[in-house]
Amino acid sequence: MTRETLRILYFYSGIAVDSTSTVLQTPEQVKIIMTDAIRVYPPKPRKVYFYGTCLIDLFYPDAGLAGVQLLEREGIEVVFPQNQTCCGQPAYTSGYHDEARAVAASQLGLFPDDWPIVVPSGSCGGMMRKHYPDLFRGTPQADSANAVAGRVWELTDFLLNVCHIKLDDLGEPTTVALHTSCSARREMGVADVGPRLLDQLKNVTRVEQARPEECCGFGGTFAVRHPEISGAMVTDKVESMITAGAPEFVTTDCGCLMNIAGCAEKAERPLTGQHILSFLWQRVSTPAPGNDDGAQS
Amino acid sequence: MNQPSQHPHSVVQEFHPRAREALANPQIRANFRKAMDGLMTKRQTAFEGWELEALRDLGANIRQRALSKLPDLLEQLEANLTANGVQVHWANDGDEACQIIRDICVAREAKKVIKGKSMVSEEMELNHYLEAQGIEALESDLGEYIVQLAEETPSHIIMPAIHKNTTEISDLLHDKTGTERSHDVNYLTASARQQLREKFMQADVGVSGVNFAVAETGTLCLVENEGNGRMTTTAPACHIAVTGIEKVLEKLDDVPPLLALLTRSATGQHITTYFNMISRPRQPGEQDGPEAVHLVLVDNGRSSIYQDNELLETLRCIRCGACMNHCPVYTRVGGHTYGTTYPGPIGSILMPHLLGLDETQHMPTASSLCGACGEVCPVKIPIPDLLVRLRRESVDGDKLRVSEVRGHGVKRRRVESLAWLGWQWMHSRPQLYRLGTAVSARLRALVPQKLGAWTRYRSAPRLAPQTLHQMMQKRTPTAANTSQQPHREATR
Repeated sequence: MTRETLRILYFYSGIAVDSTSTVLQTPEQVKIIMTDAIRVYPPKPRKVYFYGTCLIDLFYPDAGLAGVQLLEREGIEVVFPQNQTCCGQPAYTSGYHDEARAVAASQLGLFPDDWPIVVPSGSCGGMMRKHYPDLFRGTPQADSANAVAGRVWELTDFLLNVCHIKLDDLGEPTTVALHTSCSARREMGVADVGPRLLDQLKNVTRVEQARPEECCGFGGTFAVRHPEISGAMVTDKVESMITAGAPEFVTTDCGCLMNIAGCAEKAERPLTGQHILSFLWQRVSTPAPGNDDGAQS
Repeated sequence: MNQPSQHPHSVVQEFHPRAREALANPQIRANFRKAMDGLMTKRQTAFEGWELEALRDLGANIRQRALSKLPDLLEQLEANLTANGVQVHWANDGDEACQIIRDICVAREAKKVIKGKSMVSEEMELNHYLEAQGIEALESDLGEYIVQLAEETPSHIIMPAIHKNTTEISDLLHDKTGTERSHDVNYLTASARQQLREKFMQADVGVSGVNFAVAETGTLCLVENEGNGRMTTTAPACHIAVTGIEKVLEKLDDVPPLLALLTRSATGQHITTYFNMISRPRQPGEQDGPEAVHLVLVDNGRSSIYQDNELLETLRCIRCGACMNHCPVYTRVGGHTYGTTYPGPIGSILMPHLLGLDETQHMPTASSLCGACGEVCPVKIPIPDLLVRLRRESVDGDKLRVSEVRGHGVKRRRVESLAWLGWQWMHSRPQLYRLGTAVSARLRALVPQKLGAWTRYRSAPRLAPQTLHQMMQKRTPTAANTSQQPHREATR
């Protein structure tokens, strides 16, 4: 019998911070301490920085362009810093934080003016908004990282809640399913945005697949480190959308798009996909039918 | 530092083959999918009408406050229990805890032990230990009983036999106990209950877990549905409760919110059928209850988790299992694939501390970081962030932050490190990045159609003919890369 445990616990007992020490006993008051503060939407700005993300840059530039055009349609000037590369997320989630920090550091200086930074991806947006402060904590760039993080907005959220976009549907009647990425849903907290945007389109029927909140199995390197599990997840996602009666789906993130559409294509299942921004732009800009150039770019 | 004992059944390295096997087994897939869907729905229904976020904040705060005072609370708990006549023992690791329990049994000449559900006893492998010492240890929780009959380990921390369906359970009970085959769950339950009832009467010692240990009053709280917990802790002449050191709460007032969170998060119940509060052995003149009560406080790696203010959030866990029920990976592969006492998201952030990252290196990667676990955790453990932290420690990936978990650096490989360094080199040099991506777009036809693991289930992604950088450059030739570009007229 020993008290070695107690000795260790006493030695380190300053480490565990009592989150209630300054506080406050009612649930409402405790809530202020723990739950993420609700973001206050700014008035619509004159200008924004557009952070395109590397997946859009290489594989789905049309989705990026659609996002730019939707912003311009709202009367906003879009600044695209040509020195943007990648937010650093692939290295970050793989555990290579030195490399992630080096790449992220090269991006911090791209947004000198105090305009919002809009990102057409919940995942890259989540990296910049939620993880930059942690990644740079205790470094000389901490202030700069925090400032950038505080100005990052997921683009569909920005269009709906800052621009108050009104979408006049010019397209032919169609049916779509929506897959909201896990990062848009849980890191950026914008799960209600996609449905609200799609539901503005009078000729679009939105169907909901079973378990809409379940991950599609992408997860960056997860898809190649655990290919069988990821494959099972994405196969289930494809089938759930087809079962729901959707010939096409839209999504808020290009990782999910590449995963779900790629799986449907490989398995020769009747489902195509595109980024929600490509879809929205087509609906409001093209009266002509048969517009399928956005799928798989 | 207290190192946990080695886990003889830890074959975590075989995660991939086991995952493939589970995925290829339609019965396993169907059993888990059905069970997890049901549990998710029940949880959601149970929290309807509750200020769930406020309650989760409260739960997290209560647990965090207890951790901040952990050594003091443990001493207070010991003092109050001792004053009540309960004997308190401290164990550095699982083996020590097993020895303590054996010694108590030997001193009482006990040959038969009946057990209530306890994950820490699974962690210690108490049953095997006692059996090797000639002491029978029988599980009395129905799920645990089934798992014990099948000579398996629990596949879920709340529902140990969730991987089995009624037919499989019926066959097992028939083969092992002679119970008639049936699909009637009530019949099967009643028959197992009958068998166990006799065992309770014969047992010399009852061993149970603890859900909350209240320091203020010296009270051990036990949450259960079958009544076997109450039988285990009252019928035998001696009751031994065993718990991890982190389960302590400061005061009795802390119990109701956590209990509300626990039962709703775990099984979607507003309250369990039984809630036991144990504070002392039988007193003179009382009719029932054990004449001796012991508490074994088990460290087994927990004090090392306590040494880091981020990692210690792991210790807030109240073992509800909601993270498993909501995990798309756990739902697909089941608990046994993980090969550890605690599977799923909580297992993936806890087991590396108990066994070392070298033994558990697949666990932090076996997640898409979808965040469903963190979203439902009743005490707001940031599970995805902790998974990333452990991934970072697996590769010693941060020169500014020291790796602390045993076995860190196990996944650092020269080739992979060089690849990320190359990635960094290209992505922190914008001109090079633009050149590289533009050349890739030009040469996109050369991208192979087979890309390893990716194209096993998906077609290869196709590079666009132009990058967004090029499109934007062409669109606004004057726009260089700063905000100093001339104001363009917005189109509407």
